[in-house]
Amino acid sequence: MNIVNFTPISAFLGGSLIGLAVVIFFVFNGRLIGISGIASNFLFIAGLIIGPILYKFFTSQEINISISNSFYLLAVAGLLVGVGTRIGGGCTSGHGISGMGRFSLRSIIATITFMIVGILTVLVKT
Amino acid sequence: MSKIISLVCGIIFGIGLTVSEMIDPAKVLGFLNIFSDWDPSLAFVMIGALIISSPFFHLFKNNKKPIFAKSFNYTTNKEINKKLIIGSSLFGAGWGLAGLCPGPAIASLALLNINSAAFVVAMFVGFYLAKLSEPTTHAR
Repeated sequence: MNIVNFTPISAFLGGSLIGLAVVIFFVFNGRLIGISGIASNFLFIAGLIIGPILYKFFTSQEINISISNSFYLLAVAGLLVGVGTRIGGGCTSGHGISGMGRFSLRSIIATITFMIVGILTVLVKT
Repeated sequence: MSKIISLVCGIIFGIGLTVSEMIDPAKVLGFLNIFSDWDPSLAFVMIGALIISSPFFHLFKNNKKPIFAKSFNYTTNKEINKKLIIGSSLFGAGWGLAGLCPGPAIASLALLNINSAAFVVAMFVGFYLAKLSEPTTHAR
């Protein structure tokens, strides 16, 4: 194992903003953020897309992403993520943050499960 | 007011995904690649999010009502069953294949990337398919 591209500070800051969004939503609207469950909240989804645009506008920094260009892979992965998060009742945010933050054993087990399967998938793929 | 909160929280969440680079599938795949070139950064996303959110959950859980809604409304499901494990496993497989989970996938639509759009379409088809299969899963 080699440690590469390690950016703990920006990761921590970004994570804190995500935590802040979860807290504000909980305290004001009384709900927990989980993206797979909140997908029908049009304004939240709109904000999620506006966020990166504002970031780019105010920092004048390009947002570079590198994503697979195999439509077949993306279609299969998208389907798995869609079906899986619905059946499992949450994703990285719903189980990983909102659930784990409440010390929910159900969410802790879900998070460990998708982490392990994600790690194994990357291992098999490469 | 609760609508404004939804929009504002979406924006903050989207900026958080950008600052942490979780919006980048390559960063996510680097995090999951623990057996060779490992990028542990995303663990710090989770630590940051939990440090900020967890105390408030525990502070507010005994409050009668949230500020702009009639009551708190979130799952109290504690069931640890096959559905949870199977669903989370399917999600983990998709996450490991593309490096995208629902939040970053939707946020990356901002970059007008055709590939992330394809993923998001497939994901919503997946949401719909899971909904269709709901009655049979409940019947068991």
